[in-house]
Amino acid sequence: MHISEGILSGPVLFSGAALAAAGTAVGLKQLDYDRIARTGILSAAFFVASLIHVPLGPTSVHLILNGIVGLLLGWCAFPAILIALLLQALFFQFGGLTTLGINTIVMALPAVICYYLFSPFIKNNNVTTIIAAYACGFLCVFFSAVIMGGALIFTEENFMEISMLVIISNLPVMIIEGFITTFCILFLKKVQPSLITK
Amino acid sequence: MIEEPFAAGNSIIHQIDPRFRVAAATFYSFAVALCYEFQPLIVALTVSLVSVLLSGVGLKTVLKRLAIVNVFILLFWIVLPLTYKGNNVYSLGPVNVYLAGIILAAKITLKSNAILMVLISFIATMTFATLGHSLSRLRIPEKLVFLLMITYRYIFVIQQEYQKIIRSIKIRGFKPKTTLHTYKTFAYVIGMLLIRASERADRVYNAMRCRGFNGKYYSLTDFQADAKSWVFVTVVSGATLGILLMEVIFNG
Repeated sequence: MHISEGILSGPVLFSGAALAAAGTAVGLKQLDYDRIARTGILSAAFFVASLIHVPLGPTSVHLILNGIVGLLLGWCAFPAILIALLLQALFFQFGGLTTLGINTIVMALPAVICYYLFSPFIKNNNVTTIIAAYACGFLCVFFSAVIMGGALIFTEENFMEISMLVIISNLPVMIIEGFITTFCILFLKKVQPSLITK
Repeated sequence: MIEEPFAAGNSIIHQIDPRFRVAAATFYSFAVALCYEFQPLIVALTVSLVSVLLSGVGLKTVLKRLAIVNVFILLFWIVLPLTYKGNNVYSLGPVNVYLAGIILAAKITLKSNAILMVLISFIATMTFATLGHSLSRLRIPEKLVFLLMITYRYIFVIQQEYQKIIRSIKIRGFKPKTTLHTYKTFAYVIGMLLIRASERADRVYNAMRCRGFNGKYYSLTDFQADAKSWVFVTVVSGATLGILLMEVIFNG
């Protein structure tokens, strides 16, 4: 999920960049050299997984997965997502240099929020895990859409309708992300619990 | 699926010091993003177009990339004329079309394309490895650059893992549909991908330790700022300042 170049106003772009820099600084501070290879390879896995298109009726949507990123990486989601966006800009020209900051905020801030909200419940019994994981996947995309809508409204009051459209059109993605996050977390808990509990 | 179609080449732009290209592209993109008047935006689009032509990249590929981005912008062409309240109203049957909306959509299109073309011609013309090295010379934190390089290094490996898993589920007769079963399958594919990535990460880290990894990624690339690079950066800065000046004049 990202905002294209040339839409947002200067103040929104610059504050997005400043916030993203702060978040990335916190993430990097927590990332010691023992974990750096691990974080890099995991973010490569997320990058590849986010290219998966899942069917939705006659069309398909691509996954965002920032819920799982948040649960697995915590604050390190900031540098990981920043790098993924830079790679996307370079490989596919989706998003670019000026929107790098705000797009990082759009995707990484919800990941960190959901990490704090839901990771304590993931280790509990299965029913709590299912509810928490679904909420994590769903809300993470929802928060992203809301931040994106907010960035548009701060740019121009007349972007109200476009912002609403962004949030509503992402509703199916939220539902699917909820399911994917739930199944994925249950799978990881069964197969390699150390990935989550760390 | 993942490739760098513009990185190979030997044009004037390809020969410029990558550090200068990164700095110039950043300065130029932000300046263009701040413009709102037609005159500077049209000049910016022209400058970007010239830079794409100079970089000698395949125009067909460039157009394809731009087309995808412009599909997103199409949304603004549909919504803004109907919702952007202004004085000039034209009635098309039952719907009101606002001139201000059309103007804004046009400006967004110009701006977006101008910024993207410079991204393609200045930055997409270097490999990601070169970008990483030049970022570390531009004082981007060492750790971030390291993370960038290692992510880039393993994307292609992980992609092969992914294709292996996809092949094996296809052989078992998996066909994606809008069902819970499909979503569950994809979730397991992602889960498996993460597990394999994590196991690989442990092996990679151990191997790095064995070879004396001490938290640094050494770059052997020696960047040379020759006369050409200085001319390049002067021309781009001049153009950028000119565009900003036009914005100030026409906006005032």
